[in-house]
Amino acid sequence: MTIALPIIIVSLIGLVAGIGLTLAAKYMAVSVDETAANINSVLPGANCGACGFAGCSDYASAVANNGAKANLCPVGGAEVAAKISTILGVEFVEGEKRYARVKCAGTFSKTRYVMTYRGMQSCAANKTFYRGRGACPKACLGYGDCVDVCDYGAIYMYHGIAVVDKNKCVACGLCVERCPNKLIEIANGNSSTFVRCSNNEKGSTTRVMCSVGCIACGRCAKICKFEAIEIKDNIAYIDQAKCRNCGMCIKECPVKVIRTYRDPNFPHHITPAVDPMVGETAQG
Amino acid sequence: MKEILVILFSVILVDNFVLSKFLGICPFLGVSKRLDSSVGMSIAVTFVMVLATAVTWPLYALLLARFGLEYLQIIVFILVIAALVQLVEIMLKKYMPALHSSLGVYLPLITTNCAVLGVTILNFDNGYTFTHSIANAFGAGIGFLLAMVLFSGIRQKIEEADVPETFKGVPSVLIAASILSLAFMGFSGMVEGVFGK
Repeated sequence: MTIALPIIIVSLIGLVAGIGLTLAAKYMAVSVDETAANINSVLPGANCGACGFAGCSDYASAVANNGAKANLCPVGGAEVAAKISTILGVEFVEGEKRYARVKCAGTFSKTRYVMTYRGMQSCAANKTFYRGRGACPKACLGYGDCVDVCDYGAIYMYHGIAVVDKNKCVACGLCVERCPNKLIEIANGNSSTFVRCSNNEKGSTTRVMCSVGCIACGRCAKICKFEAIEIKDNIAYIDQAKCRNCGMCIKECPVKVIRTYRDPNFPHHITPAVDPMVGETAQG
Repeated sequence: MKEILVILFSVILVDNFVLSKFLGICPFLGVSKRLDSSVGMSIAVTFVMVLATAVTWPLYALLLARFGLEYLQIIVFILVIAALVQLVEIMLKKYMPALHSSLGVYLPLITTNCAVLGVTILNFDNGYTFTHSIANAFGAGIGFLLAMVLFSGIRQKIEEADVPETFKGVPSVLIAASILSLAFMGFSGMVEGVFGK
């Protein structure tokens, strides 16, 4: 009896709990949206938020219930978009490839630092002193906060500036938020010509700070046949929708600040001696 | 009333579950990376602690103590708490989806948490009545919340700090946790000081 009683009591509690849970699971079951669950299973699960939703499952339910587009996931790219389209049973529209790019070309040889900084090795920390270590207030600070934040190993430091590997970049936008100088922008995949400068100072001031700073001379705007370039706030802007990547502005630019990402293999074969984005061989 | 205040004070500050009794260290280290998740986790823990106490106290007093089966308390409590948390999760999902989406992720984590089991067992070790047990459980949860919020603040500072390579990651977090625990030792004797012997 001394053994039987505890066994009976524990089994009874277990039985009651088991039956209770089974009944609860049966009668209080919430119908799970199957489409959303299926979509969620093909998403990469990075939860980066680049699609504009609060994570992969949120995006999945938005696609299933609210008619969000199937091609918003930049991490999964066309492959995932195709799978989602198959689940939804609609025609597949290829997701637009996008990538991040750094709008600063001020390497060691082109610009200079105004302080010898020995503090915490991060751009955000350096930015709190004066206006950062660069002579130009909009210069890449070169401590690689963007490199640290990138989950895909797509950013590396080259001669003091950050460079994005277009092929690895998934356009999640984490680096865009992190950069204290707001130098990084997300661009459409088919646009490759861009102004590698963010300095809004007058041309004469910029020229003193950096030898590859945009001096807002306007020669690119004049030569452009598609009216894609305009000068705003002392800097040239290239309209991605109008630009045909003809390369006229690249040739015309007196300070060589307009560059292109045209090389499809860029920058896998980069060597310290020849950086296609920084060196003078960049126009091809 | 005074007794309840004494229980609350002592369990939140003096005998803090995490920092003095070293219970619930796993969520303390695991979920304290960000403030919002640590608050969510703590509220879920408080909720489950009170609920578990409300169920296990009568069970112990009416069933186990009556038949002289006190030694079964750990296995019975684990069984009951696990089933209860599952049930609560199902009910929340059905009737309160908003609460479920903010709390639901943490509920399975708590199912067999030692802090929850600890509070139910310590209630009987201290000889608390039902009301006192509920107060004790609530205070334990609030103490957990306090420890979590403090520690998530410290961890955010650690993340930003330039920690030597050797101490990066877990070592620096464990050292910070032990210093915080030492700091809480300063509260010992406070209850006697405030409320008298």
